[in-house]
Amino acid sequence: MIDGQLLYVYAVTRPFTAALPSDVRALDGEPPALIEHRGLCAAVSRVPAAHFDAEPLRAHLEDLDWLAGVARNHQAVVSALATVSCPVPLRLATVCRDEDGVRRLLDSGSARFESAIERLDGRVEWGVKVYADSTVPERVEPAPEVTAATGREYLRRRLGQRQTRDRSWQRAGALSRALHADLCERAEAGRLHPPQSGRLSGASGENVLNAAYLVPRDHSDEFVAAVRDRTPQGEGVRVELTGPWAPYSFVGGPDGSPDSGPDVGQDVGPGRGRSEQEGS
Amino acid sequence: MATPARFPDAYQPDGGGANLADILERVLDKGIVIAGDIRINLLDIELLTIKLRLIVASIDKAKEMGIDWWEDDPALSSGARRRELSRENDELKARIAALEAASRTAESAPEIAAAEARPRKRGGSPRAKGSEGSTPGEGGDR
Repeated sequence: MIDGQLLYVYAVTRPFTAALPSDVRALDGEPPALIEHRGLCAAVSRVPAAHFDAEPLRAHLEDLDWLAGVARNHQAVVSALATVSCPVPLRLATVCRDEDGVRRLLDSGSARFESAIERLDGRVEWGVKVYADSTVPERVEPAPEVTAATGREYLRRRLGQRQTRDRSWQRAGALSRALHADLCERAEAGRLHPPQSGRLSGASGENVLNAAYLVPRDHSDEFVAAVRDRTPQGEGVRVELTGPWAPYSFVGGPDGSPDSGPDVGQDVGPGRGRSEQEGS
Repeated sequence: MATPARFPDAYQPDGGGANLADILERVLDKGIVIAGDIRINLLDIELLTIKLRLIVASIDKAKEMGIDWWEDDPALSSGARRRELSRENDELKARIAALEAASRTAESAPEIAAAEARPRKRGGSPRAKGSEGSTPGEGGDR
């Protein structure tokens, strides 16, 4: 350890020669440093032990603002690496004492890194979310009390409003199923994440589908176009596309155990060949 | 290896940076977990992940639908609807009990209420939010 400094490891890649984007800065305000070891390369930066040693780190992890800053930086470095290589992202706050520690980490995870790189090289991740904008119908319809002549009429309108909202939800659900099935065909793998809260994402509406797809980088344009084509206009349903991400969602589970690899569930076919056809 | 970027343009809904939920969901919950020299108790990470998941995932929805509905239900929103229907059924059962208590002599009331307790076939059952108190269609139709 150098003067109270530790090494934060962002991701592991194959050694590469291309230059990283010039504006990328790691947690220390410098471009990430690269440590090569036995055919692998770790992207690292110095971080103060005062913040990243076990005790202070544990305390910091409770602090959402601190966590958000580190997470954004982690993502920025991984994203920069993804422009020139195939980074296997490490979980946030993976920290070593020194370069020897990083080499030990590369040795101990060698098999997992190799297999992940093998699987993911040349792929990127696209995020697709579907929202039900359940508030819209309420706004466009006149308030029941304005025109309702009788209590029965009032109740009928109330029911109508709820059914409209319900239809928006149903449309979002139906679109999600169709879209997910279609995109799984086009992608090498698909994964469903928990829907997000608007509280943190700032998005309006109710998040119904939150999925990630593994797509060959060269096929990204077609994938993006397919998402666009299948995005309906209006109808209280919204589709949101994010990416390209480094293939975070497909690197495997906590222990690299077989069951936590790319999640190929019943409805998440590996769908190797991209289907060119449109429609269902 | 490593041909320099020919990346498609990045898409972010607001044209700016990725939203924090998207980032945390990936950086904290995905990615390879491997022990560095600084050992954070894996349990701490797990607890943190659970906590963050509660923030990242909709808390209201999590309560309403059960936090794992998207995992155990590939049909997505059908799980949500099932839970809504299940709760509606509970409410209706409570109404049945009340009706039975109120009018033990009239046999027809529970039957009507029991028929109401199957909104699945009717489609468009109202979402449960704020639905207690008034159940349009019932009472007004007789």
